[in-house]
Amino acid sequence: MAGALPLLEISDLTVEFSTRRGTVRAVEHVDVSVGKGETVGIVGESGSGKSVTSYAVLRILDRAGRIVHGAVHFSGIDLRAGSEEQMRNLRGREISMVFQNPRAALNPIRKVGHQIEDILKQHSQVNSGELSEKAIEVLDQVRIARPRERYHAYPFELSGGMCQRVVIALALACRPRLLIADEPTTGLDVTTQKAVMDLIIELTRQQGMSTILITHDLGLAAVYCDRVVVMEKGQVVESAASETIFTAPAHPYTRKLMRATPRPRISLRDLLPQDEAPALRTSTAPNAGNGNAGKPLLVVEKLIKEYPRKGANLGRLFQRKPAPEPETFRAVDAISFAVDRGESVGLVGESGCGKSTTSSMVMRLIEKTDGVIMFDGEDIGEIAPKKFARLPLRKRIQMVFQDPTDSLNPRFTAARAIADPILRLGDISSRGAVRARCEELARQVGLPLELLDRFPHQLSGGQKARVGIARAIALNPDLVILDEPTAALDVSVQAVVLNLLQDLKDALGMSYLFVSHDLNVVRLLCDRVIVMHAGRIVEQGRTEEVLFAPQAQYTRDLLAAIPNPSFRQQMQ
Amino acid sequence: MTNIVLTGERPASESGPFAALRHARYILGENAVTGFAFGLFLLIVIAALAGPYIVPYDPLASDTAAALKPPSLAHWCGTDQLGRDVLSRVIAATRLDFMIAVSSVALVFLLGGLAGVAAGFFGGWTDRVVGRIADTIMAFPLFVLAMGIVAALGNTVENIVLATAIVNFPLYARVARAEANVLREAGFVHAARLCGNGELRILLGQVLPNIMPIMVVQMSLTMGYAILNAAGLSFIGLGVRPPTAEWGIMVAEGAAFMVSGEWWIAFFPGAALMISVFCFNLLGDGLRDIVDPRRRT
Repeated sequence: MAGALPLLEISDLTVEFSTRRGTVRAVEHVDVSVGKGETVGIVGESGSGKSVTSYAVLRILDRAGRIVHGAVHFSGIDLRAGSEEQMRNLRGREISMVFQNPRAALNPIRKVGHQIEDILKQHSQVNSGELSEKAIEVLDQVRIARPRERYHAYPFELSGGMCQRVVIALALACRPRLLIADEPTTGLDVTTQKAVMDLIIELTRQQGMSTILITHDLGLAAVYCDRVVVMEKGQVVESAASETIFTAPAHPYTRKLMRATPRPRISLRDLLPQDEAPALRTSTAPNAGNGNAGKPLLVVEKLIKEYPRKGANLGRLFQRKPAPEPETFRAVDAISFAVDRGESVGLVGESGCGKSTTSSMVMRLIEKTDGVIMFDGEDIGEIAPKKFARLPLRKRIQMVFQDPTDSLNPRFTAARAIADPILRLGDISSRGAVRARCEELARQVGLPLELLDRFPHQLSGGQKARVGIARAIALNPDLVILDEPTAALDVSVQAVVLNLLQDLKDALGMSYLFVSHDLNVVRLLCDRVIVMHAGRIVEQGRTEEVLFAPQAQYTRDLLAAIPNPSFRQQMQ
Repeated sequence: MTNIVLTGERPASESGPFAALRHARYILGENAVTGFAFGLFLLIVIAALAGPYIVPYDPLASDTAAALKPPSLAHWCGTDQLGRDVLSRVIAATRLDFMIAVSSVALVFLLGGLAGVAAGFFGGWTDRVVGRIADTIMAFPLFVLAMGIVAALGNTVENIVLATAIVNFPLYARVARAEANVLREAGFVHAARLCGNGELRILLGQVLPNIMPIMVVQMSLTMGYAILNAAGLSFIGLGVRPPTAEWGIMVAEGAAFMVSGEWWIAFFPGAALMISVFCFNLLGDGLRDIVDPRRRT
C-alpha cells in the first residue's frame, strides 16, 4: 500500500454532463487514491463512470462534461486549478494514457516512429539529433521485433497487438509517473491480451510507475492489480486490496459481478444472482428430429474457402523476385465436423482463425470454394447464397449476430424486426396473427411487451440481444448459429442471455453452433468444442476433455492466457 | 463520450408521437440560425402558394404612364419599363421558381438517389455503369451542359427541370452510393437476408430508408442550386420566356436599366433569389444537425 502521500488523490469527485434531457451525473462523490508504484484497477460495467473518472483526472472531458465538485491532486498539484498550459505539460510527460482502440489512437498516415518522435519533441526530452535513436529504443522496450524496420511502418501495416504496443510505447516514451490504461486489451485476442498486460506491468514495475487499469473484466483486474475499485452507476461501491475483493467481496454489487463472470468449474445457473437462479432443468426435451434421427443434423466435410490476395499482381510489378506466397489465401482450410440434433457445438479460436467465415458458409451467406455442407441429408453447399434466401430450407437455419445494435435496422421497431422472418418465410400473414406470434416470442425471450414498439436506440444492449434472439427463433429453426452473441454485452447481461439461450434450446430442441473466442463461455453452453487456428481444426472433442485435458499445444496456450481470479495464486 | 453515460436503460420519455417534434424544437432552440432559416422557408412557401392572391397589382398588367417609377408608397419596389409593379412580379415569380426547384430535386432524387443506392449495394457492373455516367456528366462544365440540354430539347419549363436534374445527378448518385456501400456490410442487412428477403426488397426496404436522412440534407442543399440554375438559364434567354414573371428574366431585363440609374428593377428579384438560396443552404446545415446521430444524445 501507499506511503504517507499518495501520488494521485481523487477526492469527492463529481462530474456532470449536460444533455438534452437535463444534467446527467456520470460520476458522484468518487474517492480514489493511487500510491507510488501501485497498480489500481477500476472495474465496472458500461455506464459506471470509470472512463469518465480518468478523463476528469486528465481534464479531457468533452464539451458537455464538467467537474462540479471535488478535487484531484497529483503529487501535491491541484489538477482542477491548473491552467491549460500546465495541464498540457503534465499530459504525456507526468500522466499518460493508453486508449481502448489502438488503431483509433494512432495517426493512420504517419509512420509510428515519427509519432513517437512527436511526443518526445513536444516534451523536449531529447535533442533532435538523437530523436530517431531514442524512438527505436522505445520501440525495442515494448518488445517490438526488428524495431529499426518497424520505425518506418504505418499503423495499418501492424496487427492489433502490435498497434497497442506502439500506443504503450507512446505512453511510456517520456517516462511518466502515472499511466492510465483504459481497457487496453478489449478487442485483442486472449493470448495477445496476456502479452500486452504482462508488458505493461513489467515496464511500470521497472520504471517505478503507478498504473490505473480501467477494465470491465474482473479476472484481468484480479491478476494484475494490487488494489481494485468497483464502480456502479457513477459511484464507488467497494475499494479494497484485490485478494480481499476476490475472496470476500463485501458489497452485493461486487458479489453479483463476481458471480456473473464465467470461470472454470461452475454451471450456467451459477452466473445468475442467487435469488434469481431457477433450478437447472434436466435437458430431456425431445429433439425435433423429423424422421431420420440418429444421423447428424449438419455435416461439414473438407470445407475450404479461398480469397484472392489483394494487390498481389500490383506488388509483383515492383518486385524482382517472384512472390513467395500463393495468390490465394485460405481462410478455411479443409475442415470437417458434424453437429447432432439438439446438440450445441462451440467453435473457438482467435480473430482471423476462420471461425466466422465457416459460420457464414454454413449459413449460406457466402459461397464456399470447395467441400460439402450437408444439412439434414441435403447438400446445401451446392445452392447459391442468393437463391437460398427464398427457399423453405432458409427457415431451418438461423443466426444470432455478434453486435445486437448493428444487426437491427435502426428504422424498424422491435416488433417489426421480429416479424420480418415471419412475413417473408412464415405461413401466417394476417396482421393480428403475426402480432400475436411476436408477443409470444417476446414472452419466450423475456422481452417486456411494451418494448415491442420501441426502436433499437431506445433499447438497452440486453434488450436488443433479446430482440435478435426472438427474430432467430421465430420460425422454429433446427440449427441456430450464435456468432459471439454476448461479446458486446456486460457480464451481468451476458449471464442472463446465456441462460436464456440454454432454456430456449431445452424448450425448442434446437441445435446450436456457438462461435466464440471465449473458452469460459463456450464451456458453459456447449456439449462439444472445436478449436480452430489459422483455418484448420487443431482439436475437437467433448467440452470437459478439451478444456481439462487439452491435447494440442495451441489449446493449452489459449487456456493459459485467460485471466482468472483463481489463477492468481498459481501464478505467484 | 457522453454515450458512456447513457448506454444503460433508456428512459421511456423518448417514445410517443411527439418525439420527433420535441427533437426538432430542441435543435431549433439550440441553433437560432436554423430557426431563422425555417422561418424564411415558411415565408417562401406561403408566397409560392398564395402569391397570386396577395399581390397588390396584376403582375402582367402594364401601365406605361407609371413606367420606371422608383420605389414609393404606391409601388414599394418601383415599376419596370412597362409600368408593371416589381413587388407583385417578384412575389408572383416565387411559385414558378419554387416549382422548378422542387420538381427538379424530386426528379434527381429518383434518378440519382436510386441509381446510387443500387450501385453501392450491388457493386460490380451496376456500380461501374452508374459511376461512369456520373463521371461523364461531371466532365462537362455543369452550367454549359444545362444550357446545351435546354437548347437541344426546346425552351420549356419541363426541359429546365430535366436539365437541372441531370446536372445534379452525380452529386446524388455519389452520396447515395457511398452510404449504401457502408450499409451493405451492416449486420441488419445480413439479418434481413436470413429472414428470406430478396436483394431488391433489402435494397428498398432496409437500405434506402436508412440513407433518407442524408438524402434530405442533400436535397435541401441542392434546392438553392436548382433555383439559381433555373434563374441563370432564364437570364441568358433559355427556358422561361417573357412576359412570364420569373426572377432570372426580371434580373436580365433590369440589368439593361442599371446604367441609367433604375437599379430597383434588377435589385429586388436579385435579392429574392439571393435570400431563397441563402435560406435553403442554411436549412441544409440545420437539417444536417438534426439527422446527425451524434447530436442525438
